[in-house]
Amino acid sequence: MTDATTENAAFFVRRETLPQEAAPLSVAGPLAWVRANLFSGPVNTILTLVCAYIVVTSLPEIIRFYFLDAVWTGSNRDACLAEKVGRPVGACWAYVADRFQYFVYGSYPVTQRWRVNIVFAMFALGVVWLLWNNAPLKKLGAFFFFVLLPISAYILLLGGPGAQNLLRYLIIATVALAGVYMVLSFAPSLLGFYTGAAQLAVEHELPPWKRFYRPKRLILMALVAFGLIAILDQSIGLPRVDTGLWGGMTVTFLIAAVGIVFSLPLGVVLALGRRSRLPIIQLLSVIFIEFVRGVPLITVLFMANTMLPLFVPQEWSPDRLLRPLVGVALFAAAYMAEVIRGGLQAIPKGQYEGAMSLGLGYWNMMRLIILPQALRIVIPGIVNTFIGLFKDTTLVTIVGIFDFLRTIEATLVDPTWATPTTRATGYAFAAIFYFLCCWGMSRYSISVERRLAAGQRR
Amino acid sequence: MTTIPTEPVQPGKASLLYDPKIRGYVYQLALLAVVGFLIYSAASNAIENLRAQKIASGFGFWHNAAGFDVNQKLIPFSASGSTYGQAFWVGLLNTLLVASIGIVLATFLGFFVGVARLSSNWILAKIAMVYVEVIRNLPLLLQLFFWYNAVLKPLPNPRQSIELPAGILLNNRGLYLPDPQLEPGGSLIVLTFLLGLVGAITFRYWARKQQEATGKQYPVGWIALGLVVVLPFFVYLLMGRPITFIYPELAGFNLRGGIQIFPEFVALLVGLTTYTAAFIAEVVRAGILAVSKGQSEAAHALGLRPGATLKLVVIPQAMRVIIPPLTSNYLNLTKNSSLAVAIGYPDLVQVFTGTVLNQTGQAVEVVAITMAVYLTISLVTSLFMNIYNKRMALVER
Repeated sequence: MTDATTENAAFFVRRETLPQEAAPLSVAGPLAWVRANLFSGPVNTILTLVCAYIVVTSLPEIIRFYFLDAVWTGSNRDACLAEKVGRPVGACWAYVADRFQYFVYGSYPVTQRWRVNIVFAMFALGVVWLLWNNAPLKKLGAFFFFVLLPISAYILLLGGPGAQNLLRYLIIATVALAGVYMVLSFAPSLLGFYTGAAQLAVEHELPPWKRFYRPKRLILMALVAFGLIAILDQSIGLPRVDTGLWGGMTVTFLIAAVGIVFSLPLGVVLALGRRSRLPIIQLLSVIFIEFVRGVPLITVLFMANTMLPLFVPQEWSPDRLLRPLVGVALFAAAYMAEVIRGGLQAIPKGQYEGAMSLGLGYWNMMRLIILPQALRIVIPGIVNTFIGLFKDTTLVTIVGIFDFLRTIEATLVDPTWATPTTRATGYAFAAIFYFLCCWGMSRYSISVERRLAAGQRR
Repeated sequence: MTTIPTEPVQPGKASLLYDPKIRGYVYQLALLAVVGFLIYSAASNAIENLRAQKIASGFGFWHNAAGFDVNQKLIPFSASGSTYGQAFWVGLLNTLLVASIGIVLATFLGFFVGVARLSSNWILAKIAMVYVEVIRNLPLLLQLFFWYNAVLKPLPNPRQSIELPAGILLNNRGLYLPDPQLEPGGSLIVLTFLLGLVGAITFRYWARKQQEATGKQYPVGWIALGLVVVLPFFVYLLMGRPITFIYPELAGFNLRGGIQIFPEFVALLVGLTTYTAAFIAEVVRAGILAVSKGQSEAAHALGLRPGATLKLVVIPQAMRVIIPPLTSNYLNLTKNSSLAVAIGYPDLVQVFTGTVLNQTGQAVEVVAITMAVYLTISLVTSLFMNIYNKRMALVER
């Protein structure tokens, strides 16, 4: 027990640790956060108060206008007039609901709108296919988006004899292509002078589903697709819908998609041209790029609208919708070229030299080694250009095309829904639409940027 | 290649088909031929079409009478007696006016918002973030429609003008400012102001030299304020207040007197400024983040306060990163000012590419002149910004 007595003796050293105390309120917890982030000094305090005042006065007002006092149902302006309803009226969402079909399809005939819906569905499929990182058969997706979709969209949206003719030509062209390809791939081996040095042996060891993008398969698939559309077209006989009737989001997405589909390949060609060692090619590329980037899009659209009809034989007379499409595509291509040039410049010289030392020619080097790396680096830049392009589609309003913004403006002068709050509602709806599209694209670009930077993180 | 040749190998006599030099020439000639053919066929088609439509060509229309009026004009212009050439200058000056004011305002707003986004003040940073995200993701045209149709159009008519301080009136015809009139002796005030301005700039230059030589700092800001503002004000009082104002007054259904600023101008200026400022804010933010943290930590260690750190250490270094994208934003603002045509502000595109083109039908000439003007503006702006950039660039040993 001697031990025990010594233990019972007065010890002033604590033998077990106390539970940890909470940090004082001045350095942790919400109060400290408020002090550090809102009231850390006289200037900050004033700023906080001013900002808080702005938020407190404007935010409830906005919520009240767009949600609490808003009118959600109704069939004409009476639903949204304060004197008819007998209460303060905010946003008139009933107007948006009533005119929604017009905002989406414009004046496209009601019985034919299923065609637009099919194109929308194909567009969505293509977008998801290309953007979803782990999607299978990416190259097939690219073929779908950049070749099949534009052609099918043209045939489906326009219809009529023009589309049927195009279809006929396409089938003939595909058959011809297939024939040429057959001859080129068999004849040389038969004649015995084809060395086949450029073809990488690796290709033949790929599993079958990865060989899908090879020319033979592509031609086959195009044939099948065109054949299906042709059968569909023959059995239903799509009536022609003039482009003058197209409108709304359909046209907005159409212009954006055409801009994307044409500006990307054109931009690649221009960027390669600008980096070329051949002086004339380089000069022409530089002139085109710098010229287009130096002028506003509106002047390009005016040029396409007024000068394009002058530059082609009179009997061609390009369609009213085609003119701004050409303008937008060329305009976007110049900006795209500069983005892609940045990517090309970022590829180390060793990659070029390595490719050349493998015996690859210029086009094979670019296609197999340089461009896949360069385009991957500049995906954020490309998406930024797309965002700019999407916002710029609104400018076609000025040359008389009924895009989404124009349909909003058109409904605002319509007396059916003329109320004091219609305009605020229409603009809010347009803002939501454009914001969701652009913001979504920028989020995607940020996520890609993160994924690409994963290699640099340690 | 595996064995070392014992005798010098003749340079390969490959077939001409595979000679890269020859191929290069062939490709380039082919491209030239295609481009030449396109230009030739476009030109011949244009000549044919113009002849068929009986449209004159050449720049003769420049001296023809215009026959339309423009509401905002910086040089004399009237429907009777003015030419298309004068209409061009009216439009060009209006474009330059809105672009230059917009650039100045957007720079200030953009720097403020960019710094605010990085502020330690949580609510300020969040508001700045919301502003940047919303403005950047909406088309400029929608914003211009908003400012013009939803904000300025519904203002009361001139009879019920909103009265702002200092005799300023606001209504749906625009903003009316008092018009200052110089009476005898008033020119002395302007002279003092100009002298004060020159003096302030000279002093700033001298103070900088002194600081570089001796390290001594002078209160440049206060002295400049005294020279530019206080001194002219004293002269104004001494001379017996020789400046009077003509205030806008109601006459019939409209206001008379004062300086009228048209709503189209206000809408375009506000739209362009807020839109470009959001982009400039992102440029500024990226520039500041590009300055390594050690710089501001060292400045704090030297005892500089946050404001001084930003002004003396961070911003000067960030400027190197900021200037090139800032230039392209200025150019974008200038080019975007052409959206004026959508809300009816008489800029170059609205007056010249719009009205003059419609009246004369000479699309090729008019569009070519317009594009040449914008190209010139772009080139001149980038030239000046390149000079400025060279001065700011890092001087390495």
